[in-house]
Amino acid sequence: MGNEIAPVREASPSRHPGWQELAFSLRRLFKNPLTIIGLTIILFFVFLAVAAPWIAPPPRPHDPYLMPHSGWDMTPSPPSVKNPLGTLPSQYDILYGVIWGTRNAFRIGLAIVLANLLVGLVLGAVAGYFGGLVDEIIMRVADIFYAIPLLVIAMALVIALGRGLQSVVLALIILQWPTYTRVIRSEILVLRNMDYILAARASGSSHLRILFRHVLPNSMFSAIIVASMNVGVTILIVAALSFLGLGSDTGYADWGAMVATCRNFIVGPPGNRLAYWYLVFIPGFTIALFVLGWNLLGDAVRDVFDPRMRRR
Amino acid sequence: MSLLNYIIRRLLFMVLVMFGVSILVFGVLMLIPPGMRVAAYVTNEKVPPTAIDAMIVKYGLRDPAPIQYFRWIGKIFRGDLGYSTTANGPVVEGFAQFFPVTLELVLYATPAIILVGLWLGTMAAMKRDKPADHAIRVFAIIGYSLPTFWLGLLLLMVFYGFLGIFPPGVLSEKLLDVVTGKGWIRATGMLTVDAIINWRWDIFLDALYHLALPVINLVILESALIMRLTRSSMLDALGQDYIRTALAKGASQSTIYRIHARRNALLPVITVAGILFAGLMAGAVITETIFVRKGIGWWTARAALQLDVSAIMFNVLFLGVIFVVVNLIVDLIYAAIDPRIRLA
Repeated sequence: MGNEIAPVREASPSRHPGWQELAFSLRRLFKNPLTIIGLTIILFFVFLAVAAPWIAPPPRPHDPYLMPHSGWDMTPSPPSVKNPLGTLPSQYDILYGVIWGTRNAFRIGLAIVLANLLVGLVLGAVAGYFGGLVDEIIMRVADIFYAIPLLVIAMALVIALGRGLQSVVLALIILQWPTYTRVIRSEILVLRNMDYILAARASGSSHLRILFRHVLPNSMFSAIIVASMNVGVTILIVAALSFLGLGSDTGYADWGAMVATCRNFIVGPPGNRLAYWYLVFIPGFTIALFVLGWNLLGDAVRDVFDPRMRRR
Repeated sequence: MSLLNYIIRRLLFMVLVMFGVSILVFGVLMLIPPGMRVAAYVTNEKVPPTAIDAMIVKYGLRDPAPIQYFRWIGKIFRGDLGYSTTANGPVVEGFAQFFPVTLELVLYATPAIILVGLWLGTMAAMKRDKPADHAIRVFAIIGYSLPTFWLGLLLLMVFYGFLGIFPPGVLSEKLLDVVTGKGWIRATGMLTVDAIINWRWDIFLDALYHLALPVINLVILESALIMRLTRSSMLDALGQDYIRTALAKGASQSTIYRIHARRNALLPVITVAGILFAGLMAGAVITETIFVRKGIGWWTARAALQLDVSAIMFNVLFLGVIFVVVNLIVDLIYAAIDPRIRLA
C-alpha cells in the first residue's frame, strides 16, 4: 500500500498544500459573479487609462492632463456630436476629462497605495520581527494616527503642504501607513515563530537575510490583498479632497474637481430643471463605478482568503 | 482585573493618545510657513513685508518648536483658541455657533442609520443566499462605493431641483429671521430642540424638513457597515447551540431570529455605532458643504480654503478628541454589558 502512494506524491510536486489552497481560493474567487463584475469594471478602466492617448488624443501632448476647451462660456453645453458627453462650465469636454481622469486616478491611486505598501512593509516587518520597544513605539504612533479622522487631518495636511494634487498624494502617504503596518505586523508575528524561520536562524542566517528571504516574501500576499482593498477608499478620499478644492486646478482632468464644477448647476432653468444632468451625473458616476469595481474585487478577495470566512 | 482598574488604565492611555494627537496636529501646523500663518489675518494687501515680519516676531512664530508647542497647548487649555477669520470672531464663538448644527444632524442620522442597518442586516441573515440577501449585499457594496458628495448632489438635483422639495439649508428664509431675532430663546443651538423650548411647532417641522435629505444621504452611504456587521454576527449567532435548543423546544422561526439571535448579534453593533457617531462628526465636512448646513464641517472646509489656520487646527484637534473619547466610552459600555470580556 505504502509503495503505491509514494510515487504519486513525487509525480506531482505542484500538490504542495500551499498551492492547493491557492488553487482552491482562486476557484472560489472566480465562481463568484461579483468578482467577475468587479474585474470587468477594473479592466474597462485599465483599457481607458492605457488607450487614453489614442481614444482622446491630447491637443497639447506635453500636458495631456489639461482638458481642451472651446471658449469661456460658463454655461455647460449638453451632449452633442462634438462633445459626446457634454461639457463642464468654460466648455471643457467631459469625455476627455473622464478618459484622462481615469489615467490620473490610476496614477494617483497606484502611487499612494504602492508607497503605503512599501512603508507598511518596512515598518510592519521591523515591528513584527524584532518586537519589544521598537514594536511598542511604532504601534503606539500608529494608534495616534488612527485617532484622528482621515479626511479632516488630510485637509489640514494638504493645506500645510500647499494646495495641489502632489500634496494630496503626499498627505495620504503620510497618513495611511498605519493601516498597512498593522496588517503586515500581525502577519509577521505569526510567521516569526514558524519552524522554518527558527531553522533558518539555527543555521546561522542573519536577521536581514531571514527578513528579506523568508519573512517578507511570505507576508507579501496578504499585504497585496490589503492594498487592493484600499484602492477604492483611497480614490474616494482623493476625490473628496479635490471636490473641496484642495486638489488640482480647474481644467485638470481630475474627477473630484470635475464634480465640484457642477455645484452651481444643480437646478436647471425654469421648464427644464434637469438641464445639467450630464454635468452632475457623469463625472460622479465615473468615480462611483471605479470605486465599485475595486470594492467588489476587494470584497470577494477578502471573503475567499479570510480563513474565518472561506469554508462557510 | 476589576472594572475600576480597567477604567483608570484606559483613561491614562487616553491622555497619552490625546497628547500624541496634539503633537500630530501641532506638527501639521509647523509645516505652514510663518508668513502664511500671519497672512490670513492681514486683509490689507499694502501691508509692507517688514510689518508682517514684525508680526511673526511678535507672536513668536519662529521660536523653537517645543516652545511654540507649549505656548499653543497652554493657550488651548486656557480657552484662548485664537481668532478665526472665517467665523469673524474668536474660534470659541465660532465653535459655539457651528457645533450644535453638526451635533443635531449627527443625532438624527445615527439612530436612522443603525435602525436601517439592523433591519437590512437581519433580513439578509434570515434570507441567507436567497435573492433578497444578494440584493441587500449589493446595495451595501454600492452604498460604500458612492462618493458622499456625488450622492448628495444627485439627491439635491432630483428632490430640490426637479421635484422642488427638500431644499438645502437649515431653515426656510422667513423663519430664519425668527430664530435670529429677539425673543428667540437659543438654549441648545439645535433648531429642533430650541423650537420645542420656544413652542414653535412650525419651526420644528421646517427644521425636520430640511434635515430629511442630508439624513437620507447619510443613511444610504453609512448603513452598509452596520448591515454587514449585523448579517455576519446574526449568522454567527444562528450557528450556536442555544439556537438549536430553542428550535428543539419548539420556538417559532421569527422568535428565534428576532429574540434569540438578534439580541446576541447586537453586541458588535454597539462598537460600530460609537465609531459611526464619531465618524459622522468628521464626515460632516462633505455633507454640510453640499447641503449648506453651517456646522463645524462646513466651517472646516471653508477655513481650509481660506487658510484660516486657527479654525482648522482647533477643529482637527476637537474631532480627534471626540474620536478618542467616544472609543473609550464604547469600550467601557462593551466591558460593562458583555460578561465574556475579561478586561485583559
